[in-house]
Amino acid sequence: MNITTRPSGLATIVDVDGDITLYNSPDLRKTLMELLKVQKVPRVIVNLTNVKYIDSAGVACLVEALKVSRESKLGLALFGLSRVAREVLELTRLIKVFEVYGTEEEAVRGVQPVSSGAAA
Amino acid sequence: MARKKRRSAAFSRSLLAPQPEIRLVSVTETVGQATIDGLAYLGDLTILTGRSLHAVVIAPFQGQRMRVERAIHQAMAVGVGAIPILSLISFFIGTILALQSAYELRRFGAMEFVANAVAVSMTRELGPLMTAIVVIGRSGSAFAAEIGTMKVNEEIDALQTMALDPVHFLVAPKFVAMALMLPCLTTWADFMGVLGGSAFGVAGAGFTFSSYIRTTLSALVFRDIITGLIKSVMFGMVITAVGCQEGLSTGLGAEQVGRSTTSAVVKSIFLVVLVDLVFTMLFYLTAPHS
Amino acid sequence: MTMSSQNESDGPVSEGVAISVRNLRVSYSDREVLHGVTFDVNAGETMVILGGSGSGKSTLLRTLMGLEKPSGGEIWIRGKNLCCISAHDMAELRKKLGVSFQSGALFGSMTVGENVALPLREHTRLDDSTIEVMVRLKLEEVGLSGYEDYIPAQLSGGMKKRAAVARALAMDPEVLFFDEPSAGLDPIIAAGIDDLILKLKKAFRMTIVVVTHELASAFLIADRMILVDKGNIIALGTVEELKSSQQPRVRQFLDRVPEPDVAEDEGFLDRLTERLRL
Repeated sequence: MNITTRPSGLATIVDVDGDITLYNSPDLRKTLMELLKVQKVPRVIVNLTNVKYIDSAGVACLVEALKVSRESKLGLALFGLSRVAREVLELTRLIKVFEVYGTEEEAVRGVQPVSSGAAA
Repeated sequence: MARKKRRSAAFSRSLLAPQPEIRLVSVTETVGQATIDGLAYLGDLTILTGRSLHAVVIAPFQGQRMRVERAIHQAMAVGVGAIPILSLISFFIGTILALQSAYELRRFGAMEFVANAVAVSMTRELGPLMTAIVVIGRSGSAFAAEIGTMKVNEEIDALQTMALDPVHFLVAPKFVAMALMLPCLTTWADFMGVLGGSAFGVAGAGFTFSSYIRTTLSALVFRDIITGLIKSVMFGMVITAVGCQEGLSTGLGAEQVGRSTTSAVVKSIFLVVLVDLVFTMLFYLTAPHS
Repeated sequence: MTMSSQNESDGPVSEGVAISVRNLRVSYSDREVLHGVTFDVNAGETMVILGGSGSGKSTLLRTLMGLEKPSGGEIWIRGKNLCCISAHDMAELRKKLGVSFQSGALFGSMTVGENVALPLREHTRLDDSTIEVMVRLKLEEVGLSGYEDYIPAQLSGGMKKRAAVARALAMDPEVLFFDEPSAGLDPIIAAGIDDLILKLKKAFRMTIVVVTHELASAFLIADRMILVDKGNIIALGTVEELKSSQQPRVRQFLDRVPEPDVAEDEGFLDRLTERLRL
């Protein structure tokens, strides 16, 4: 699994490439926590387009990141979920908890209401 | 299982056998089978000990996790819990030793040697032995019961299917705990024994408390204490090996756990005495002659 | 990793074979309980092993999980032959298998949460908080949320089974084994467990192997079934194929006909007087 980050306006996009599993999800967790806790990026968008499979450890990392983002009034959004990833989130009813978008554009556009909230 | 069947077959044959010659054969067969079973059992214990030592000493270097917190947890259960009863028993044993030796020494007018007699027999022999007996009763039996219950409840199978080796996970931490705690408990028992001896020393042999302690310290040599502690480590290994082996070989059904527990206690006591004999002989033979 | 490649094919479930059993024989001391059993379990299907008590079905499952050594034949799981696998490979393989035991086999000295967390703590380097979230997710999936601080003894039979399933799911296994999922449970709770199995199958496309003697439950959850009798497979096929089978022994099992009273005189007398000295 490869993780790269790039800024996009106010947001930072985290591109994940490869499967997120029990054994590599700590890397993803570290990246997200760094962005949310240390850099306090107003909005973090995780790009899952190139993630075919995400197991429950990966989901748990996203849940932790979501919790941190809520607590510090930052945003966390996902886009590009594969069918499997979407089903995993649906099974645990998390699909409704996360901000999920179809494409990067939508995810970035989704910035408006949230970033104004964050700026306040 | 196969072994047991063979043995019962031999047993029923010996009952049914009409001619004395065949009877004789079956007696030798029974003795031979018992010897083989005994040796096989010792072999099982050795394998279990070896695998545990591997788990503790070598496996951490191969990237496997050391289960320190489990070992600490066990050590607390084995050690701290035993202190009250062990203190009481070794105090009384100290007093008994003082009384018994005074019985003989009084005839030679050598009552001042009571302290020496108590100190040496406590540290070299009775301290380690009484500690071992108390620990067998409290922990050896508990090991067998704990592991036996887990066996009956399929928990041992569950560990295996989770890729957790029961020996690494359950047995090795117990070995570590026992190898650390038995010498500590033994040292404490030695101390309490000396205190118990001093009770008689002060009350019936004309010592003051401080003179009794001083005599004790001058009577003891380093070798006495080390001898006792080496024994206690060996006892700890024997007790763990037997307790765990009995637990792991528990058959099906809850009543088998009771059988394992009883047999762990009986076999541990026997093997501890046997090991005691062997080590006492070794220490005797290697002792410097004066 | 392989799990991912399996799931990559977004089409129908891949044709891969998850478990392959070839001419498997198992003996306890000198008594053979499985006399050469052969079948495949496809990846993503639910295979139910059906049989009466003493038929050898539980032995079959224990052998598949590597708890009994076969006396002959081969078992291949995910392309690895169990007989000749190294200890390290076996451990790696087992991390991809989940097992729910008949009694639950939860560790009595740990809480439900610790039970589920155990394989994760032992086999991964995940943060404690991640593990905590995963434990709650798993308990949520089996309908036991909020029970993580209970000890197994405080749970009812059905809850224990659910907790055991949560633990079996902890490592996101590819293959899930169930030993008698509904044994000893009342019908409503048993139906709940069946539901849970169906849900897992649909959501995770897991390969599921269930051993049971409950016909209704078997018909409900199975893609394919095996009927084991006296150590042999007497029928193998889909639910419909089994139901329409005309084989007498299969019919007898499916129609719940009791064993006929055929006491062959000589054999019966021998059994009654066996090992007596008269």
